Amino acid sequence: MAKQLMKGNEAIAEAAIRAGVEAYFGYPITPQTELLEYMSKRMPELGRVFLQAESEVAAINMVYGAACAGRRVMTSSSSPGISLMQEGLSYIAASHVPVVIVDVMRGGPGLGNIAPSQSDYFQMVKMAGHGDYKPIVLAPATVQEAVDLTALAFDLAERYRTIATVLLDGVLGQMMEPVELPAMRALPTTPPAWAITGAAGRAKNSVVPFRMQADDLEALNLELQRKIAEIARREVRFKEYLIDTTSGSTDKAELIVVAFGTAGRVALSAVKAARQKGICVGLHRPITLSPFPDERLSQLADEARGFLVVEMNAGQMLQDVKLSVGGQAPVRFYGRTGGQVPMPDDIALEIEKLDEMTGHPLDHKIEGPVALRPVDRPARRQETSRTSRN
Amino acid sequence: MTHYDVVFSGFGGQGVLFGSQLLAYAAMEAGLQVTWIPSYGPEMRGGTANCTVVISDEEIGAPLMRRPSAVVALNYPSVQKYEPLIAPGGLLLYNASLTLRQPERTDIRCVPIPASDTAAELGTPKLLNMVMLGALLQITGVLPVEAVEQSLEAHLPAHRRDMLETNKLALRRGAELAQTLSVMA
Repeated sequence: MAKQLMKGNEAIAEAAIRAGVEAYFGYPITPQTELLEYMSKRMPELGRVFLQAESEVAAINMVYGAACAGRRVMTSSSSPGISLMQEGLSYIAASHVPVVIVDVMRGGPGLGNIAPSQSDYFQMVKMAGHGDYKPIVLAPATVQEAVDLTALAFDLAERYRTIATVLLDGVLGQMMEPVELPAMRALPTTPPAWAITGAAGRAKNSVVPFRMQADDLEALNLELQRKIAEIARREVRFKEYLIDTTSGSTDKAELIVVAFGTAGRVALSAVKAARQKGICVGLHRPITLSPFPDERLSQLADEARGFLVVEMNAGQMLQDVKLSVGGQAPVRFYGRTGGQVPMPDDIALEIEKLDEMTGHPLDHKIEGPVALRPVDRPARRQETSRTSRN
Repeated sequence: MTHYDVVFSGFGGQGVLFGSQLLAYAAMEAGLQVTWIPSYGPEMRGGTANCTVVISDEEIGAPLMRRPSAVVALNYPSVQKYEPLIAPGGLLLYNASLTLRQPERTDIRCVPIPASDTAAELGTPKLLNMVMLGALLQITGVLPVEAVEQSLEAHLPAHRRDMLETNKLALRRGAELAQTLSVMA
């Protein structure tokens, strides 16, 4: 099929339709509204359910209900709307029902603004509601990846009966890129065996978000933890650029930039620019934020001289990178907040600093300053001599 | 390696979105990688709107940049906003019909195109975006004018089909103007 030029929001909507989503419930919010708008047109055309709810709280509970009935269902929102959905998400997790959530993050906290941000990493990756559980979180960096990961989100949600989130930001939601869409999948013909579909002629199914006895609730928690562990074993995904791990290779990355989504693709430009200057740096871009690629990062930390984490927040994934690196190498951080997108030249400068800081073996134990970008920064820094190495 | 980045900027209604999207379509149809991103903040509600297009034959990293290498300024506020930002050695293509003063930088190439006047001469003042796009193609050589004409045929909305030939004419007129100006320079 020929490529099409599509906005991230619209491409995700079409990808969900092709993955066989049977019902969409949502409430408009910038910068994801085009997703809902696209659904409002396409879903009725296909005889499927589109409903604009009265609020995000209502939308997530409609999603919950449809999921309990065994229907392939999704919603989408942006940061403040996702906050409103937290209670519903927790109930969904407790009920072991599959749902797909798309969060097109915007600047926070509070009403914040409508500019792109990654400040809800903690909210989605760590819990997405109260209680002990974690959803699957997929973080695309291109519109094509958003399409592919949306289809994957439905597969994983159903395979593990869990919440699968596609987590992106306003840049990817609003940006157009060429995409190749997958073929239209057939809708499921029969609901899963556990679904609430009316118990005529069979034993009654039960899907509930509570266990009143401590023993029972602990059993539910253990089951959730078993599922999370299995997902962590089987579903880690990431993409690496210019990290040559062949032993003895001269191209091997000595410095590793870790960034996801939009920050990840901007970092790619910076990494390429730094390579041009002779700095041996590569990029590790997690695609699954949950499960996190901790084993791979730990492996890279065995040989890397240092890490730079770049995020559009005040340092959230940074904590997971630090845990993975486990003190084996210094970890610096560069972040922008408030809806600012880091620019390639800023990241390139941070890579040069990391190179300088880790240039001497004795410096290894010195933790880099975890500082946000200062307001005033000289436009250009003088070329640093790197004669201390090589 | 092919790598172009260009910002289209102007008032809402001047065709910033369509002009830049057309370039993105043509790049995609030529088999290149492309990103197109609009400003979607409060500034699009009254004021200048802008779109950034990056075209490359490699995977595109950053879809936005601090210092664009080319800017197509459809109005005077866009000249004021972008003249200081363009990367040294870059290009400022501006709508001379609406520009109150000449750009001052000497380390970038500034090309005045009387786009609004030219579009008005063609009978459709709204086609100034096509005049500017034609001029951009001529000056940068990023894609042939014919490639963009083909994309125009494929993507001009149905209710504007009657304007297809006039759109093409405006593109070619822009390219001719840019060629003449380049020869003069």
